[in-house]
Amino acid sequence: MLSSQIKSNEIVFGSCNKDLLEEIIFYGIGLGADFVEIFIENTDNSSVLAEEDFITSVSPSFGRGAGIRIFKEKKDGFVSTNDLTKHGLMRSVSQAIEMLDITDNKKIEVFNGLNKLRDYSLSKKKWINEVPSIHEISEKLLVSTKSLKKNNKIITRKGSYSRNLQEVIIASSDGTYVSDIRLHQTVGLNVIASDAQYRSSGSRRFGSSGMPNEFRLWDHEKAANDVFESSMNMLYADYVDAGQMPVVLANKFGGVIFHEACGHLLETTQIERGTTPFENKLNEKIAHESVTAIDEGISEGSFGSLSVDDEGMEPEKSVLIKNGILKKFISDRAGELRTGHKRTGSGRRQNYSFAAASRMRNTYIAKGEHSKEDLINSISDGLYCKSMGGGSVGATGQFNFAVEEGYLIKNGKLTSPVKGATLIGEAKEVMPKISMCGNDLELAPGFCGSISGSVNVTVGQPHIKVDSITVGGR
Amino acid sequence: MNSREITTQISKAADFLNLKKWDYGASFSNDYSVQVDKGEAKQLKASQKQILTLRVWNESNLVGITTTSDISESGIKKALNQAYIASDFGNKNERTEFSPLAKDPIEVKDAKKRKPVGIKNLLTLLREAEVKLLESHESIKSVPYNGLSESFYERVYANSDGAFRSYTKSQAALYLYARAEEKNKKPRSSGSVKLGYGVEDIDIESCIKDASNKTISHLNYSSIKTDKYLICFSPESFLTIINAFSSMFNARSILDGVSLSNKNSIGEKLSTEALNIYDDGLHEKNISSSPFDGEGTPTKRLCLINKGRIENFIHSESTARIFKTIPTGHAGLGSKVSVSPDWIVVEKSKENSDLKTSLDHSRYEGEFVYIEELNAIHAGVRASQGSFSLPFDGWLYKNGKKISIESATVAGDIKYLLKNIVNIESSQELTTSGISPHIWVDELSITGDA
Repeated sequence: MLSSQIKSNEIVFGSCNKDLLEEIIFYGIGLGADFVEIFIENTDNSSVLAEEDFITSVSPSFGRGAGIRIFKEKKDGFVSTNDLTKHGLMRSVSQAIEMLDITDNKKIEVFNGLNKLRDYSLSKKKWINEVPSIHEISEKLLVSTKSLKKNNKIITRKGSYSRNLQEVIIASSDGTYVSDIRLHQTVGLNVIASDAQYRSSGSRRFGSSGMPNEFRLWDHEKAANDVFESSMNMLYADYVDAGQMPVVLANKFGGVIFHEACGHLLETTQIERGTTPFENKLNEKIAHESVTAIDEGISEGSFGSLSVDDEGMEPEKSVLIKNGILKKFISDRAGELRTGHKRTGSGRRQNYSFAAASRMRNTYIAKGEHSKEDLINSISDGLYCKSMGGGSVGATGQFNFAVEEGYLIKNGKLTSPVKGATLIGEAKEVMPKISMCGNDLELAPGFCGSISGSVNVTVGQPHIKVDSITVGGR
Repeated sequence: MNSREITTQISKAADFLNLKKWDYGASFSNDYSVQVDKGEAKQLKASQKQILTLRVWNESNLVGITTTSDISESGIKKALNQAYIASDFGNKNERTEFSPLAKDPIEVKDAKKRKPVGIKNLLTLLREAEVKLLESHESIKSVPYNGLSESFYERVYANSDGAFRSYTKSQAALYLYARAEEKNKKPRSSGSVKLGYGVEDIDIESCIKDASNKTISHLNYSSIKTDKYLICFSPESFLTIINAFSSMFNARSILDGVSLSNKNSIGEKLSTEALNIYDDGLHEKNISSSPFDGEGTPTKRLCLINKGRIENFIHSESTARIFKTIPTGHAGLGSKVSVSPDWIVVEKSKENSDLKTSLDHSRYEGEFVYIEELNAIHAGVRASQGSFSLPFDGWLYKNGKKISIESATVAGDIKYLLKNIVNIESSQELTTSGISPHIWVDELSITGDA
């Protein structure tokens, strides 16, 4: 008897929570909220680290919590808590109401109860039993780090794996009632090579969503060869000379520049802040006509894909730029409310402790018609950026990105490797200079940190040519 | 449950599961924050969080770990059980033990814990600050990044050997980043961050003034020619560089092969004899000071560079044992225990006769680049290789004038930078990450697009 009483007064994953969620939402609406949203999360994560020929870290973690967001006109109050009892959730609603200083509850919004549950988790409940065990992961990571030991110049070898299994329930006063299970797996290899005073590093990361078997299928030999070759190629590289020059950016992770330099500026959070130069440029040309750019959450297995966003909307495929013309912004609920741009299924958050915000998913430049060789052959003196490191974009849109693996282009041919290069520019100036797109579009997984925390994304592009950009060096 | 009760709960659960050796670190926090947009509340946030990290030693003395936010009886049992399962994969090559200092007395200071002022007061204060900043100059059109927050938290460490420590603190933060726009010019942005034990300790007026002055000072900008320049690092930017390359002093990084130093680097000359660097987590100006680290080891002041030479490394329990020394209070609890510095203090030593004291950022009339703030550290630093290439905000001083530099990077090598320090100014300045004077370095590469 006691047990069932407790259960009816707290959120229990795997049970019907509709009555309790409706009660909480009614409570918020009754206190004068225009809109109430409840996001509840239960996570089961683990990570494994292999260094040299040993497993040096195994870290399971569990978490659960709720994020409650209340809107009143265009303001919102957000409260997060680990307390999933009715009392805890109602206290959070009261706190959000109080924060927003809602005292007038004469005009009560209509709440007709929650819709029938849209349960995206039905086919996914078995995933937890299908993902590789820690033992299996450890064995494969150790084989992978062993594969990196190809000569005595490799002084550090690391392999890392992480798995994030997130079960969510989303309910809101517009009737949205959704549950889902998300699975993300990522595996990475890193080396440091050293010879006398020379040092280089190499790294690659792979990731998937919703594919429990993907780690087992990962071609660790190919990955190890790739990382090893990259570190060896860069070991004796000279520093690049700084200057303005044409560059060719490789496909896959080369797309990080579009993501950081342009993609973020197309999120409605940037319009809200007044920090995007593209705010009033809808249907205007902002890029070279060879550029078509897409953000979507639907590519099967891609790291940024999702069945439903963190506000309960199915993701759409958004063509952001079509032949150089700005067509759409990436929008969430608050973005639609405050900027008028329709939601795109892009309301995302790291976990329950963040309010959702408009965030990218799988973002890429569409393929063109040129071969990689066409792009390189068109340059007499420039830089080929084979592998990009991280980067950032400043508050006024200036970006900079480290080139992890670069080669000089001389007379249409790749020549010597160079290190220390940084690409510097501004999206609105660089976008019109992307004059050629290759036909070899590929995607790469990554993590994007922004206002609503770190979320899984995919970046991508074919090889692209930028006619001129500032290359930082020595 | 309070932290004593949680410890008892863990102890009982461990007995139930027949686990003899365990420890845990925990954090319990309540955070409140506000953001505004042109006088209107934009987002108001509150959060209540609890995080428990449990370690368990198995019969073979191998360690397993689990982190959980569920501190119910069943949650704790589940976490202990998972940690025990994970201990099967414990690192056989590098044993972990309790810190031998986990029961040593800790330095108890006045925690200066403040009471919450509440969301409404936070909002009123931030609205007023935004208005004042917008009114401070006609070119400041918005404050796109702003926030005022207050946090109240407790940190705990306890183990099955009877160690128990906890402390409670409060902390508040204000940040204001303004955006200035002028006709036919690119928008410019800069800002300021202030910390305090509570909101009442934050100098809001000074934050507004700093954010305004910094932003306005970048309105007249120009590209810089790519070349090598004499550089003056602001205290903040020099501390950023030192923290980015702190693996040079980090025993964990040395053991992992990702440091520029090695086990024998103690005594190695890195810089001018005029340079002293300390890690001083307990410094009275460090708002975020913690009296103990993740393993319960007391925090203490440690000299990292003495007269230009490496004096000490920072350690956890296991690295200290390997290096045959004692833990230094820099451990972070984890499956693999991390090591990181707390709060860096840079100062001029008494052996400073080789410095070019005429180089003073407020008086020097020759040409130099002043680096106010370094950006994109995560992208532009190769700590294991010693190289960096970083965008920065700063000015070119030339012919008695200063002009803001548009879109440039500074690149170099940390060992070269340290060896080429030509002056350490006398006056130290407090920043959010430590204390440092202005530091002058000769001949670093700047890339601009002029």
